[in-house]
Amino acid sequence: MAETIKLSEVEHVKDGSNYLRGTIDDSLQNRVTGALNPDDTHLIKFHGSYQQADRDLESERKRQKLEPLYSFMIRVRVPGGVASADQWQRLDALSDAYANGTLKLTTRQTFQLHGVLKRDLQQTIAGFNQVLMDSIAGCGDVNRNVMCSANPQESELHRQVYEASVAISNHLTPRTTAYWDLWLNGESTYSSAINEGEQEDFEPIYGKTYLPRKFKIALAVPPTNDADVFANDIGLIAIEQNGQLLGFNVAIGGGLGMTFGMSETYPRLADVIGFVPAAQVVDVCEKVLTIQRDWGNRENRKFSRLKYTIDRVGLDAFVQELHQRLGYELTPALPYWFETSGDAFGWSGGQDGQAHVTLFIEGGRVYDKPGYLLKTALREVAGFHTGEFRLTGNQNLTIANVEPRHRSRLQAILEENGVWSRTEKQTALRLNSLACVALNTCSLAFAEAERYLPQLLDRLDQVIRANDLTDDGILIRMTGCPNGCARPYLGEIGLVGRAIGRYNLYLGANHAGERLNKLYKEMLDEDGILRELTPLLEAYAAERQPAERFGDFVLRRGLVAATTHGQNFHA
Amino acid sequence: MSFLSHDQTLPLGLDDNTLQRLTTGLNDQQLIWLSGYFYGRTAAGRGEVQSALQAQAAQPAAAARLTILYGSQTGNSKKVAQQTAEKAKQRGVQVTVQDVNDYATRSLKTEQQLLLVVSTQGEGEPPVAAEELHQFLLSNRAPKLPDLRYSVLALGDKSYLQFCQTGREFDERLAELGAQRLLERVECDVDYQEAAQTWADRVLEVIAAEANAGNAGSSHGPLTATETLVASAQEAYSHHNPFEATVLEKIQLNGRGSSKETYHIELSLADSGLHYEPGDALSVVPRNGEALVAEVLQAAHLDGAAPIQLSGVEFELGTALTQKLELSVLTRDVLERYAAAAPQHKPLADIVTDIPQLQQYVYGRDVADLLREFPAELSAEQLAAVLRPLPARAYSIASSLLVHPEEVHLTVGAVRYATHGRTKHGVCSSHLADRLAIDHTARVFVERNEYFKLPQDAATDIIMVGAGTGVAPFRAFVEERVELGAEGRNWLFFGNPNFTTDFLYQTEWLQHLKRGTLRHLDVAFSRDQAQKIYVQHRLLEKSRDVYGWLENGAHFYVCGDKARLGSAIQEALKQVVQQEAGCSAEDAADYLRALKKQRRYLEDVY
Repeated sequence: MAETIKLSEVEHVKDGSNYLRGTIDDSLQNRVTGALNPDDTHLIKFHGSYQQADRDLESERKRQKLEPLYSFMIRVRVPGGVASADQWQRLDALSDAYANGTLKLTTRQTFQLHGVLKRDLQQTIAGFNQVLMDSIAGCGDVNRNVMCSANPQESELHRQVYEASVAISNHLTPRTTAYWDLWLNGESTYSSAINEGEQEDFEPIYGKTYLPRKFKIALAVPPTNDADVFANDIGLIAIEQNGQLLGFNVAIGGGLGMTFGMSETYPRLADVIGFVPAAQVVDVCEKVLTIQRDWGNRENRKFSRLKYTIDRVGLDAFVQELHQRLGYELTPALPYWFETSGDAFGWSGGQDGQAHVTLFIEGGRVYDKPGYLLKTALREVAGFHTGEFRLTGNQNLTIANVEPRHRSRLQAILEENGVWSRTEKQTALRLNSLACVALNTCSLAFAEAERYLPQLLDRLDQVIRANDLTDDGILIRMTGCPNGCARPYLGEIGLVGRAIGRYNLYLGANHAGERLNKLYKEMLDEDGILRELTPLLEAYAAERQPAERFGDFVLRRGLVAATTHGQNFHA
Repeated sequence: MSFLSHDQTLPLGLDDNTLQRLTTGLNDQQLIWLSGYFYGRTAAGRGEVQSALQAQAAQPAAAARLTILYGSQTGNSKKVAQQTAEKAKQRGVQVTVQDVNDYATRSLKTEQQLLLVVSTQGEGEPPVAAEELHQFLLSNRAPKLPDLRYSVLALGDKSYLQFCQTGREFDERLAELGAQRLLERVECDVDYQEAAQTWADRVLEVIAAEANAGNAGSSHGPLTATETLVASAQEAYSHHNPFEATVLEKIQLNGRGSSKETYHIELSLADSGLHYEPGDALSVVPRNGEALVAEVLQAAHLDGAAPIQLSGVEFELGTALTQKLELSVLTRDVLERYAAAAPQHKPLADIVTDIPQLQQYVYGRDVADLLREFPAELSAEQLAAVLRPLPARAYSIASSLLVHPEEVHLTVGAVRYATHGRTKHGVCSSHLADRLAIDHTARVFVERNEYFKLPQDAATDIIMVGAGTGVAPFRAFVEERVELGAEGRNWLFFGNPNFTTDFLYQTEWLQHLKRGTLRHLDVAFSRDQAQKIYVQHRLLEKSRDVYGWLENGAHFYVCGDKARLGSAIQEALKQVVQQEAGCSAEDAADYLRALKKQRRYLEDVY
């Protein structure tokens, strides 16, 4: 018998939760607090929600003898980021009725509602269930929303890759009935979790303690790596032949989170381990996931991600186990080439005569303010649009498959509401920016991100314009903590919050999401950031080689060493 | 059992079966003990009766017995009754002081001299204590009382339309029943002390004069006062001599975006010697806001520097308007005096004589509104004479002295509203909310609330229903019980508009819940859902447990807005009883009445 394993607290909570029920029902009925029972805060994540508190009001409310202003973030899963106009309208309405009136489009192509009070959780979840959306496995130690390249230009290929992402998503969705018991009065009218004929809860893939940690899968269609596949536990790179999907190169072991002061934790990009035909891709995902289920660290959640499992056992040993469980071997990876991980903005035409328009949504936040009625405009568009709303992996939005007869009307709405200019007139730096939510709702944040990056960009834009870099896409990404939600370690300029107003500056990632950056300077305030970046941008403008990207330039100049593997990120 | 033989003659109403039933399960020793016990008990009772009869017989016929009854809600009537008894005692008059709550209505027939001190609640209702006597007297069961001599002292508040209604009703009804007045009824406003003392002196004068006339050389019998007279240290500080309490802390309790504005104010009682108990109130002597004073002066076309006199003391008009006279509300008496001083306004005279119109007129209007709508060139002196004294405002104390030595905490809701084209502020709440900062001083004195007190027995459970700032005394109650280690369970029902912003003292309640020092906490936030939900709904939801607690002897407390809370809770409680006891509406009403009578249903409503 092996030595006794001291499981982490969350493992005990999952184990005793009766397939994610815990005491959530009791928590919801407790009217004297806006919070859940402590154990339930772990379980609610599996249902797609985080309990948060307004950190801006923390000390004020404490003095007022009021508990923190608890509310919930609900993450609505959208496999591949594709939502219908109906679904858009519903989320728009729900955000007004129960949330803070805004929609957050996330870096994983989901919708987030923020500021939902406990008493409104059920109505909110029931609300999107009615338009066939759910939040199960939005968060928690399970496979999260499956990402897929939003690239609409390659219509047929995109369709096939998208279908693969939906198939993977469906296959790996938890089967527990707790979700509709708790949120939908037991009515399983729709949930992606339906398992027909099942009488009792049973998780054929996960088991009752689910995974050791979150698990992420993304699919990309080269040459665009907008889903940042290498940042995922499983990255799938679509390989096509004559416009038809052949299969995928499989990459495993990506993940960006780390902890300051713990060099044993590090961001890591996925390793490409071979090729799988499209027909077997679901099977491969299941097997990688179940090896991680069995081998992942359940004692210390800081080391529970697949990346640490792989580095612990060795990539070869992992792949060997995979081949054994599959009963066949992956074939060698096929050649592919990524050009960028950013989005292409503005109008584009599909193969079938339909048109698409990709809009820059700063910080992924859909809201209204004077002169910029984004939410209103999109609501209006959703009223007649017959195509889809595609969320990109970069917090942007593609209104896809616009009928030719709608195109001018749509364009007019975007212009009238001040939306079009927001995409058209930006520097490419801003168009390539990402920010996580951070303060005031994220409990992990040390510093601002979404609320602050636009201001920082106002100053950086001056440098950009002064150096004629307006059209040069440079990936700039800011997070409020080192956990990596906005993939800061894949930013050519990565800014990671250390304290209020202080950021670590990382440089040297490549533009296509295939190389991590490296720490350049620590604890910079805004002036410090400007002081460091201004000469670099000036030098880049003056001294770059043809088509040389900023991330490559700083390496060539020797400002930082290239990070070739997660394990030398801190080196 | 051999000693119960059939040939023994049993007293009326006792038969073998009854005896059998009463004694089943008792052994011989217990029976013998009981026989002695009952003998002793009867003998003692007879003795009492006998000595009382002897005492009466020994009295000269003319030295009539004096009974002083008080019907009190806050304890003021009780205080006056006791002071009057003390004065009577000093004059050698035999006197009995009794709470009307404990008074047997049938005794009325045998009373000779009766002084009644009674307050009026809300819209002209008697205090709970006096309800039974009031009902009895006003019913057709009331006996003729030709031998009774009496006088009524009525306490009230002139800002209410039905001023001193209860005292008036008692007085008129006693006269109808044939009783003779010793002295005309006296009606007192909130500032009652002086008038009450004068009444006491005069009525005792009458009694003494009659006794002397009837029997010049009579010796005075023994004095009996059923309640001990307590000389209170509190009385050192009063409306006219308030304590200057320093503000230690002032916190807006409502979260951002709230429709409410409630302050938690902590005051220092250091070096005052002031003492209070949970349930007591702290009266704050307010000042009118500068803006309102300026508006009144402007509307009256008067100069704030004009000299006037109030009770013989010189003031500048502006100072008097700020510190001494009520401006923020209109009351009937002020309106009457103003109408008399400004007879040219016929419509005003009509309003004053028509109660419904009057009621409507004073609602939401202040002195500035009156002066503007019915302008009259009054002199500064005339204006001051028309207005009424600025009363102190009493706030239920929100702290326990055991937990916060030398401090008193208040929970103050700022009253603000816009009517008749101007924004109005509650005089005292805005004084506290807007003009009083930390380190400033507030002028305060303690007002004892006689009945709204924790159960004497610490093991008794309590159910507390508080809406809005009505939660204040319950903070004090729970603090006190925790500090005393009371084993009785505490259950709080709390209501306010919104959960996220208006849950007053939420973190403290959550701590109490966690520690078990609060057994249950049920909350109703009326505006958090489409249909309004109030505390009474929560009470009904928990009817089984509420009834269970009451049956187990729990005391039930209600604090908050009288109009919105008082009757709604009573109705809900009757429904609870009806439902859980399976009884009729009448029985449920009796149940509630009994709770009140036992002082287990206690209200502090305003």
